Amino acid sequence: MNPMAGQAPAIALSGIDKRFGEVRANSNVNLAVASGSVHGIVGENGAGKSTLMSILYGFYEADRGTIHIHGNQVRIRSPKEAIALGIGMVHQHFMLVEPLSVIDNVMLGAEGGPILAKGEAQMRAALAQLAETYGLVIDPDAVVGDLPVGLQQRVEILKALVRGADILILDEPTAVLTPDEAEQLFVLLRTLAAQGKTVILITHKLNEIMAVTDNVSVMRRGEMVATLKTAETSPAQLADQMVGRHVLLDVSKGPAKLGPVRLSVEHLIIRDAHSSLRVKDVSFEIRAGEILGLAGVAGNGQSELLEALAGIITPTLGSITLDGQDLITLAPTPAERREQGVLHIPEDRQRMGLVPAFSAAESMILGFQSDNAFGTGPMLSTAAIQTHTAKEMDLYDIRPRDASLKTAKFSGGNQQKIVLAREIEHRPKVLLVGQPTRGVDVGAIEFIHKRLIALRDAGVAILLVSVELDEIMSLSDRIIVMCGGVITGERTPETTSDRDLGLLMAGVTERAA
Amino acid sequence: MSTPIELPKWADVSLVPILAVIVAFLVAGLVVLGIGENPVKATVLLIQGALGSGEGIGYTLYYATNFIFTGLAVAITFHAGLFNIGGEGQATMGGLGAALICLNLDFLPWYIVLPLAILGAMALGALWAFIPGYLQVKRGSHVVITTIMFNFLAATLVVYLLVNVIGKPGSMSPETRVFAASAHLPYLHEALAYFGLKIPKSPLNLSFVLALLASAFVWITVWHTKLGYAIRTVGHSPTAATYAGISIGRITLISMAMSGALAGMLAVNEILGVQTRLLLEFSSGYGFIGIAVALMGRAHPVGIVLASILFGMLYQGGTELSFEMPRVTRDMIVAISGLVILFAGALDGLIRRPVAGVFARFLKSGA
Repeated sequence: MNPMAGQAPAIALSGIDKRFGEVRANSNVNLAVASGSVHGIVGENGAGKSTLMSILYGFYEADRGTIHIHGNQVRIRSPKEAIALGIGMVHQHFMLVEPLSVIDNVMLGAEGGPILAKGEAQMRAALAQLAETYGLVIDPDAVVGDLPVGLQQRVEILKALVRGADILILDEPTAVLTPDEAEQLFVLLRTLAAQGKTVILITHKLNEIMAVTDNVSVMRRGEMVATLKTAETSPAQLADQMVGRHVLLDVSKGPAKLGPVRLSVEHLIIRDAHSSLRVKDVSFEIRAGEILGLAGVAGNGQSELLEALAGIITPTLGSITLDGQDLITLAPTPAERREQGVLHIPEDRQRMGLVPAFSAAESMILGFQSDNAFGTGPMLSTAAIQTHTAKEMDLYDIRPRDASLKTAKFSGGNQQKIVLAREIEHRPKVLLVGQPTRGVDVGAIEFIHKRLIALRDAGVAILLVSVELDEIMSLSDRIIVMCGGVITGERTPETTSDRDLGLLMAGVTERAA
Repeated sequence: MSTPIELPKWADVSLVPILAVIVAFLVAGLVVLGIGENPVKATVLLIQGALGSGEGIGYTLYYATNFIFTGLAVAITFHAGLFNIGGEGQATMGGLGAALICLNLDFLPWYIVLPLAILGAMALGALWAFIPGYLQVKRGSHVVITTIMFNFLAATLVVYLLVNVIGKPGSMSPETRVFAASAHLPYLHEALAYFGLKIPKSPLNLSFVLALLASAFVWITVWHTKLGYAIRTVGHSPTAATYAGISIGRITLISMAMSGALAGMLAVNEILGVQTRLLLEFSSGYGFIGIAVALMGRAHPVGIVLASILFGMLYQGGTELSFEMPRVTRDMIVAISGLVILFAGALDGLIRRPVAGVFARFLKSGA
């Protein structure tokens, strides 16, 4: 490598190969990350990003290839060795103990001996030091579970830094953040880089790559297909590189042909199982042939609203009407809602939309299991559901085309297509859609968006709940924003901006900029 | 972090349990060695006792019948994500149900009284599981706790009834009178003799055929009916079940009742087939070993039948072994069964992980 140590890249991976059985997760991957830079890695699900980072963090060892850290060749056999080499990782799902305080969490695994007091004193000093250097201010005695998500993420970053990380890997860090929190994270990442830390950012959001990285590498099917200077590329170019063909990032859609009011929600009040108020007096309506976007940071009542509309939870007060008929009394259960044509693509496909342990064919009939098309009387015909699924797999290009494969073995995008196919094929009048593209790759996102638009053009009333502002902006005909269980504003995509929506999502109701 | 590698299905359902049994026998062999007997000879005696004669096979299958019923009972609740450990109590109540029919109606011809008695066994067994199910659905009391409590309730209820209500008048022992011949479920050697086939005498009776039918019924119900789909959905993912419009409460009640009915059928074998009277403690632990059978059989009827035959062999072969080798007592046999349960059920991962490791290495070098 470069003999001048100061200029050696922080990380140099060369010729990395990793196989899992038949699958080549990484093949001949080369990557150089300059010291003191923010380096983005993009790629579809299954492109090999996570495998590569797991190799770097010592979860796996590569079958072939070498790793150099700051010019020295190393072997990384466990996360412990990675930490010793100054590599820190912030996982997408936080590894925090919520009932414990910040200092307890930061110390976990680095207590400094059986007596806590001494280690704790050292840790407090270290935290104070970090707060000063990077502006990472946080109350060490706050209980982690009480902190907003953005601050919880800070605790994760602190955990890595306190252990001496000078290379920080962040896996999809903004998935859970508000636009504002994401902005703050980017400022922090820039500060870290300016102070000489090296940051690797794994994301599928191309706007983030453009906003914060110096360089970006694109992975596709286990290979590193391009490494570019961010300033010299564009989101469109990156998307094409990721998929290997031309992708339409902007959804083209014609003007809405609005029909009569389909679904009408009035003064809806929802309490959860602990009888705390989740949705407070929400009213809106959706017309046939319209997509109503519902934006908001996760956990502000959208999920409860969606479940109440689908019949899964019963609202405390208020009315839900479909074509003028009261659904709460007429069709109180999910099964009855389905019969009325209110279909639901749930937010969490793993826990609700599918049964991961079932075959694709079995997941394909979830919610329609009593349908006589799938077996007469009490019987369930395996042949019938397999044939049905094979047909849907062709129509929706679900891969692999194996109806008896376990649902869990499909990629996120293909799992979502199973749910999508199932709900669309049962001819919805109203389609409730929650986070349709969460954890879904770019190619599948394009497909799902096109299907939703086609459905809207066919006269279906669609409620789209998403935390992705891009998605809300490009698909919706109208947008409402929820914060703290109330609707904080209604906009049209033409008359609003990310910033405007961001403020509404944060509960700032007076119209800004 | 070790890479999780899934085992091929054949290895999961056959190789792992077989290895578990071998390990259990090796450890049991050490125990036998410890008391100064030859473990190889003991194993041979055990297998000979279980399978070496027609009579031995008859006994083995007779014991297996009990395990099939209780194993299926546990398995069906596994599929619904429930854990019914009240097989003992449900079987006891099944005995009461069968006895009440027989004591009152055994003047009727066999083709009326026997089906009624079987239904009586199933009905009271089902009731005894339905109530804990109901308490869980309506009151949130966990079935693991309530079913085990219901074991005690069933035992004391039957003692009370045998002593004070339905016991044989003038008898000191807490048991009913012997049912009339029309209420005896025929032994298999009797049934086959009717068709001119001669097999050795044993307590093996037509319940074994019922057990095989019950296995087929469970297989069809769980994997090939809409109800089974609903049961498995609730078992794998209650949230997905709610989303799909499946009532978790209803499925809990149905699967508990089915489970109790299956456990109650143990009484068909013991009370209608062998004892021909109701007495105390005829369920003698079969209800609990059913849990191990269901675990070892991976909650699949084929696996359960095989695991039941294995436990039947242990029971029968063990009895023979303790005759031949007096130093190997009845309790030793219980200990060996315990080891099989330990390795096949509780310490499953102990076997599975190394096997998965071998497979992973094999796949790697093969690829």
